[in-house]
Amino acid sequence: MADQTPPAEGRGPDTGPESDTMLRYREDDPVAHAAVTVDAFLDQSNAAAVRVEPGDDARELIPHLERLDLVEVNFPSFGDGRGYSSARILREAGYDGELRAVGDVLVDQLAYMRRCGFDAFDPDAPLDAEDVEAAFARWPEVYQSAADTRTPIWSKRHA
Amino acid sequence: MYAYDQYDQQMVDARVAEFRDQARRRLEGKLSEDQFKPLRLMNGLYLQLHAYMLRVAIPYGTLSGAQMHTLADIAEKYDRGYGHFTTRQNIQYNWIKLEDAADILADLAKVEMHAIQTSGNCIRNISSDHFAGAAADEVTDPRPYAELLRQWSSFHPEFSYLPRKFKIAVIASEQDRAAMRLHDIGINIVRNSDGELGAAFYVGGGMGRTPMIAPQIRDFVPLDQLVTYAEACLRVYNRYGRRDNKYKARIKILVHELGAEEYTRQVEEEFQHLLDSGVEPPFAELERIRTFFADPAYDEAAPDDIDRSDPDFALWVDRNTVAHKQDGYVSAVISLKPVGGIPGDATAEQMRVMADLATRYSFDELRVMHTQNVVLPHVRKADLNAIWTALDEAGLGSPNLDTIEDIIACPGLDYCSLANARSIPVAQKIAQRFAETKKTATLGQLKLKISGCINACGHHHAGHIGILGVDRKGVENYQLSLGGSEAEDVSLAKITGPGFDEDGIVDAVETVTSVYEREREGEERFLDTYRRIGMGPFKEALYG
Repeated sequence: MADQTPPAEGRGPDTGPESDTMLRYREDDPVAHAAVTVDAFLDQSNAAAVRVEPGDDARELIPHLERLDLVEVNFPSFGDGRGYSSARILREAGYDGELRAVGDVLVDQLAYMRRCGFDAFDPDAPLDAEDVEAAFARWPEVYQSAADTRTPIWSKRHA
Repeated sequence: MYAYDQYDQQMVDARVAEFRDQARRRLEGKLSEDQFKPLRLMNGLYLQLHAYMLRVAIPYGTLSGAQMHTLADIAEKYDRGYGHFTTRQNIQYNWIKLEDAADILADLAKVEMHAIQTSGNCIRNISSDHFAGAAADEVTDPRPYAELLRQWSSFHPEFSYLPRKFKIAVIASEQDRAAMRLHDIGINIVRNSDGELGAAFYVGGGMGRTPMIAPQIRDFVPLDQLVTYAEACLRVYNRYGRRDNKYKARIKILVHELGAEEYTRQVEEEFQHLLDSGVEPPFAELERIRTFFADPAYDEAAPDDIDRSDPDFALWVDRNTVAHKQDGYVSAVISLKPVGGIPGDATAEQMRVMADLATRYSFDELRVMHTQNVVLPHVRKADLNAIWTALDEAGLGSPNLDTIEDIIACPGLDYCSLANARSIPVAQKIAQRFAETKKTATLGQLKLKISGCINACGHHHAGHIGILGVDRKGVENYQLSLGGSEAEDVSLAKITGPGFDEDGIVDAVETVTSVYEREREGEERFLDTYRRIGMGPFKEALYG
């Protein structure tokens, strides 16, 4: 298990090409082209960006992870938590490209999303920068191992 | 008892700060009520008929004297001097102001308590056997496993926006005192033929409007894979549980629609994926937690005999004490069901009496039962008379455990915004009727459960006698059902026929108990007689 890294590490909030509300925690440049649906992606060979809807099976992407630079996971409503599982499944399968939460992404869900492997957020409504900072700084420790690099409490107890 | 270390304390403290910040943003208008609602629910705060209701977690029903004192202080400082113990071993306060909520959470955090995930579409407080660690029949104390799962499920990043709420119970004995198979996940810690401990998983039980008994999906999960297996069960549910209809969103519907076999196949597949993902805590963590649940320092010389010369005391001992694994000890049940009272309610003063008795006589430990009573788990038989005397003075001495007076009832229309009918007055009338006619004693074990709406918080599906309040054209009407059980002989009650009005349901309960008295053979309980003779004779007596 790697050492804990601050959740907001990296370049910090950045203005991406698609919108002025995007938060991005990656060193590489954002993908410029639009994401296609999972069905369209599986039908064509050249797309490098895909959008996963809540009802899509993220595992269908696993054979093709190498040619993906961006996976957007859509949250049409913040209460629909399927996207959290989609994100972890992709990270567990070794996907290391950009994983972007889009849609009804709110400040109170950011920390959990980050733990599930999201490293970019493109919310429908802009988020207050101070609230974002507070949200990422909120949890001094974590109880579980997830898709981020934070060290769970049980690991620290038995280090 | 489990004690927090610096990490546990940091987590509850962070939660208090988070909620304070959320409440502030709500008041500043940065959060809409729709956005705030799931956040406050995940801190146990409901908007009810008259005020906010705060539900405080009592993990696996275990609490210390100091914690019970804090619950009493909260009742006085922020509520109207009482609290309501619930069917999931928690406590609720019914008259809370939103602006006080963060301060209450801060008071709780000082004694290692919280309201984390006591509501909302997440993994709820984990319940267990109220006699854990004391029961003569347990394989092992189930609470270390419940605590391991409590930590795993707290602030779980993937499973905080589930299709619907998610309830887990852990037991470790053949007798089921926690309604294990009526939970989303029921775990029974068992020993296999090699003598190793493991977990039998039952998934997809529940009450509510579609009651179901959980099928077993795995007979033995090794203890060093427990968290991973639970994670797999939850992930399949999070991905495929229905979200189109909140009334079909519980995992029982998914398991039912897929079939237990197909659900199991999907879980096993997910489990294989997760085995190498590092989600399982090291076994040393389970061992660390277990040390907190070691046996207390029993008095090995505790005498086994009880002076039964006072008949009232002797009756209480017979009704309200339960065999303990240690010679000279019993578990003593404090009834929160005084005849004419509100099932599960206790005043601040009563909470303090219970707390002090626990500190003095029960190694500083109390348990909340899912039947809305409180247990002093480890008391010397020699101390029972002093305990009973103190309880009786505080109005806590009712000798009615598991009798028809020991009614489970939801808050009903007196408090709850979902209810169709009142539950509390019906419970009061039934208890009064049977106390007056002195039939309570002759009926023996008879579990009566009342819900004020089809959400079944009062467990009416699992009552030997169940009562469901419905709204019939604007009038409260009560349906009667028979033959349910939440125990190891789990079954779902069946409706007798047309419902009754408020007085009619009290008469109807008396009628079915008369059928039992007429028909019973030997030592049969009401439930046994019903199972032997079937619904026919009861129906005939009710509807002629």
